[in-house]
Amino acid sequence: MSLDLSPRLADPDALYAALIAAHQGLDEAASRRLDAQLVLLLANHIGAQDVVFQAIAIARDLAAAQEGATA
Amino acid sequence: MKPDTTLPVLIAGGGLVGLTLALDLARRGVRAVVLDQAASVAEGSRAICFAKRTLEIFARLGLGARMLEKGITWNQGRVFFQAREIYGFNLLAEDGHECPAFVNLQQYHVEAWLVDACLAAGVDIRRRYRVVGVENGADVRVSVAGPEGTYTLRAAWLIACDGARSFVRESLGLDFLGQVFRDRFLIADVKMQADFPTERWFWFDPPFHRHQSVLLHKQPDDVWRIDFQLGWEADPEVERAPERVCARIRAMLGEDVDFSLEWVSVYTFRCRRLHRFVHGRTIFAGDAAHQLSPFGARGGNSGVQDADNLGWKLAAVLAGAPVRLLDSYDAERVAAADENILHATRSTDFITPKSPAARAYRDAVLSLAERFPFARPLVNSGRLSRPAVLADSPLNDPEADDWPGAPPLGSVAIDAPVGEDDWLLRHLGDGFTLLVFGPPFPLDAPAVRCLFIAAEPVPGRADVLHDRTGLAARRYGAPIGGCVLLRPDQHVLSRFVRYDAARVASAMARVVASIGVMA
Ligand SMILES: Cc1cc2nc3c(=O)[nH]c(=O)nc-3n(C[C@H](O)[C@H](O)[C@H](O)COP(=O)(O)OP(=O)(O)OC[C@H]3O[C@@H](n4cnc5c(N)ncnc54)[C@H](O)[C@@H]3O)c2cc1C
Repeated sequence: MSLDLSPRLADPDALYAALIAAHQGLDEAASRRLDAQLVLLLANHIGAQDVVFQAIAIARDLAAAQEGATA
Repeated sequence: MKPDTTLPVLIAGGGLVGLTLALDLARRGVRAVVLDQAASVAEGSRAICFAKRTLEIFARLGLGARMLEKGITWNQGRVFFQAREIYGFNLLAEDGHECPAFVNLQQYHVEAWLVDACLAAGVDIRRRYRVVGVENGADVRVSVAGPEGTYTLRAAWLIACDGARSFVRESLGLDFLGQVFRDRFLIADVKMQADFPTERWFWFDPPFHRHQSVLLHKQPDDVWRIDFQLGWEADPEVERAPERVCARIRAMLGEDVDFSLEWVSVYTFRCRRLHRFVHGRTIFAGDAAHQLSPFGARGGNSGVQDADNLGWKLAAVLAGAPVRLLDSYDAERVAAADENILHATRSTDFITPKSPAARAYRDAVLSLAERFPFARPLVNSGRLSRPAVLADSPLNDPEADDWPGAPPLGSVAIDAPVGEDDWLLRHLGDGFTLLVFGPPFPLDAPAVRCLFIAAEPVPGRADVLHDRTGLAARRYGAPIGGCVLLRPDQHVLSRFVRYDAARVASAMARVVASIGVMA
């Protein structure tokens, strides 16, 4: 199966706002945990690991290409 | 000891693996000489978790009953995160196998029984003899230093079972490559009368040992194994001090628990292996060939499988089979070592997160696991050792037939109850075996020992096993008349939808060239 990259969200602004709101008041470590929990919940929901691996690859490429990306 | 005689097999190192190999060879009529620098079997429990496959191998070698009797069988595990238990699990493999998934047993008990069995089988074990030089040529010359001075032994084959710090490996100048984990662990064996259940308890970040992990496991004789993760900064000398160890244990178990220390050790873990295990006339097995982190109990268990894999091949080569048979040992056990290293590395990475991101994921998994069963399979406190499936083995028969539910080529024979209080694997013996599913019929020109697995009993026929529950037929998925050819180490070599003497013979000939060598 291939990762669906077409726009699929009914209310993208609300989704974005919900993500930001979820992080409010959390310190760096707790924020990180929250993101990790989200990823794991969604990955399990998707189930198809090859799809998740494609998403990981895209995210990694983008993150590594950004300025000051490497430690 | 005369230097002008050539020994068939010299085994450097009489630990768990060297002794297992020596016993296996003795049962095949090959009397090995085993050299060990130590005066007696190793002290300290070291390996305590012996997996199902190891138990089956020891059963074949005649030590099964002792292991099952003395060993502690456990199936239940619990995982704790900080102050809470987050879930329990049951490892119970399906019913209808003679051996449980695991027993806990001190390595020194197993080694002592191996020594007894080796001596009874005529193995020449020379203690306080240290290998101090190796010349690896058309045969192998080994210099040995012992109580009577130094002398040279010549052998057709040298098997290096001399452990993680292998002298043989070093003297051949071989690279031992892999990863060192920047972490330290304190291992304490504690004797106490405690009424904890016989379970494996694993704590992540508990209140009594913040930011690190702790493992508690029961052994026979009221001995408990406790592993404390210490972190890389810990000073091994300081941590080994009994007062300090006792303080940690009291923090964990409470001030009023009565215990004594049996054995204490501080470890750093590595995962690494030799590039190849066969080097001309010198062959490596066990920790000398590969070193693993202990999460998953893979070190000893995989070393025993090395010996199981090597014994029959070496005996066959000594009896005239082509030397290239030993290349399959290399291919099969290198692949198995890689699988073990992969699992051990992943477990270690989970237990010791290497970055803030890794730590966040680890803790996220643990928090989710408490509430949602879906996350529990992601918790990795060690993936317990399972037998290698030799899927890419060069020995697997390319002409094998297939059927739905067939055991994969290279997988290990599956046990099942047969007759009364009896088990299929007990009947396999030390040689090749052909399992024929269905009622017995006359076989023309059998080149190999054949066992019928029949739904009805046939009194007076030792070669007919009564598949009382139908589990054997089901586990092998075999059609009536279907056959499964097993190697001497009980891995599946080929499958045939119906008996065909010529095809059986040719599958075996691919392995040992002339069947007379092993049948
Ligand atoms: C704390 C701990 C816990 C473990 N837990 C488990 C577990 O639960 N399950 C599991 O499967 N594995 C476990 N292991 C790993 C297991 O103990 C080893 O993998 C196993 O002992 C390897 O056996 P071996 O025969 O290859 O090497 P060893 O047992 O180390 O034997 C090597 C032998 O060679 C001898 N020797 C060395 N050099 C020379 C020389 N130059 N000349 C002559 N003799 C020599 C030594 O005296 C020794 O007897 C654990 C290990 C440790 C340390």
